[in-house]
Amino acid sequence: MISFQSVGKTFARAPAPALVDVSLEVAPGEVFGVIGQSGAGKSTLIRLINGIERPSLGRVITDGEDVGALDAGGLRGLRRRVGMIFQHFNLLSSKTVAANVAFPLKVAGVPRGEIGPRVAELLDRVGLAEHAHKYPAQLSGGQKQRVGIARALANGPKILLCDEATSALDPQTTEQILDLLARLNRELGLTIVLITHEMEVIRRVCHRVAVLDAGAVVESGEVAEVFLHPQHPVTRALVADAAGLVAAKGQGAGPTLRLTFRGAATYEPILGRIARDTGVDYSILAGRIDRIRDEPYGQLLVSLVGGDVAEARARLIAAGVRVEEA
Amino acid sequence: MLGNINWADIGQATLDTLVMLGGSLAFSVLLGLPLGVILFLTSARQLLANRPVNMALSFAVNVLRSVPFVILLIVMIPLTVLLVGTSLGVAGAIPPLVLGAAPFYARLVETALREVDKGVIEAGQAMGATPRQIVFGALLPEAMPGIIAGATVTAIALVSYTAMAGVVGAGGLGDLAIRFGYQRFQTDVMVVTVVLLLALVQGLQWAGDRLIIKVSRR
Repeated sequence: MISFQSVGKTFARAPAPALVDVSLEVAPGEVFGVIGQSGAGKSTLIRLINGIERPSLGRVITDGEDVGALDAGGLRGLRRRVGMIFQHFNLLSSKTVAANVAFPLKVAGVPRGEIGPRVAELLDRVGLAEHAHKYPAQLSGGQKQRVGIARALANGPKILLCDEATSALDPQTTEQILDLLARLNRELGLTIVLITHEMEVIRRVCHRVAVLDAGAVVESGEVAEVFLHPQHPVTRALVADAAGLVAAKGQGAGPTLRLTFRGAATYEPILGRIARDTGVDYSILAGRIDRIRDEPYGQLLVSLVGGDVAEARARLIAAGVRVEEA
Repeated sequence: MLGNINWADIGQATLDTLVMLGGSLAFSVLLGLPLGVILFLTSARQLLANRPVNMALSFAVNVLRSVPFVILLIVMIPLTVLLVGTSLGVAGAIPPLVLGAAPFYARLVETALREVDKGVIEAGQAMGATPRQIVFGALLPEAMPGIIAGATVTAIALVSYTAMAGVVGAGGLGDLAIRFGYQRFQTDVMVVTVVLLLALVQGLQWAGDRLIIKVSRR
């Protein structure tokens, strides 16, 4: 659906390139996250997808079109098939909610008579039907982002780009907006690319993730894999904020292991059973039981004492638990 | 106390001032608004960034703005004759008034457009809008309070310009104040004209403020 082929981007007057040799594939119908600290190149990356920025090197293919090669008209045509929402919503303060949502329809030349019903349907989809005649200043942040989403969906795009769409929202509102995005992904088969600096956002809605640092992709893959077994220091730092699985060195008496349970194994009494059978005692130094999208997982940092530690390890691995030295 | 007052003269002068003001304001907005939009759009990093065009327009605007109005009134006489057939009277005053005020208004429009959140422009681009659709559908509506405030300031500046239009025999309240109030020492005429001008400026400001409140949705 979206393909980055060795993409580089350099801005005039900037000392360092914004993106360096980025290659990515986003599959149709997936929620793809790009995470990185501020200044990592996330905003540039997402703007290459709809041609607001042009690549300096390499190619960006969006919905079958080489974005860098499109002329102004071709670019406008592509953008009508790619919705975008923003951190600060970017709504027209001078127009009502309904008029904001109607704007892209007018832009695309939708006949006047079809605009009203389509706007009503869109507002209904994002749960704002009763706010159609209010102005943005009268809405909460979450409601404003819903207007942004309705506006982005107006022309029935296949792709939705989310530029830090929840970064200006409180945690509860963030959760509601992410639920809405996940629902749109399921119900409309919408391909979503979102950029964020918050691992929580990735964990909640994304299928796959790419970690961006200083303009380069340093790690990418399935969210659970990257989230539970981060390899790159930047990823570790981002995950540590979210997972909190950092144990102080020298804690615990015996060897310290990181145990990762996924899926149904998360709720099985595996640890207790193996401890009983092998005579190994354990103390939990840190841990978290949660979900990545809809899949439950548990990750524990345990210190093992006494008994047959090697046997305990083997039994854990046999039970489908991933065991790593911490 | 008001012995020197000829109310018929005052009435005619008021009417002349209003006609000059209305005519010149209408044309100043008609010319200044598009000029301001083009100045904004062609400036660096904007939708139609074009350095040569922007520099040429900006230079022309600065030249017109730096010529004192009294001088503009005189040097424009040939052009005024060409445009309205005479360089005298109310009609003769309107072209120089417009050429004096339109560049000023254009700068105010440009400033109002700069105040618009650039995210709004980006959102327009991202939905595939043409520059024209972004200007009419997003930029102008968002900048409307500033555009109206600029028109109010321009109207008030025009009131004081009309006082100088007496130089080309255009009449008006300012002309009356100079010829009778000042040159003939008729203080009562001076007081009455000043009070009327004051009322006019107050009225313009009030109307402008009301209009801004009506269009503001922030």
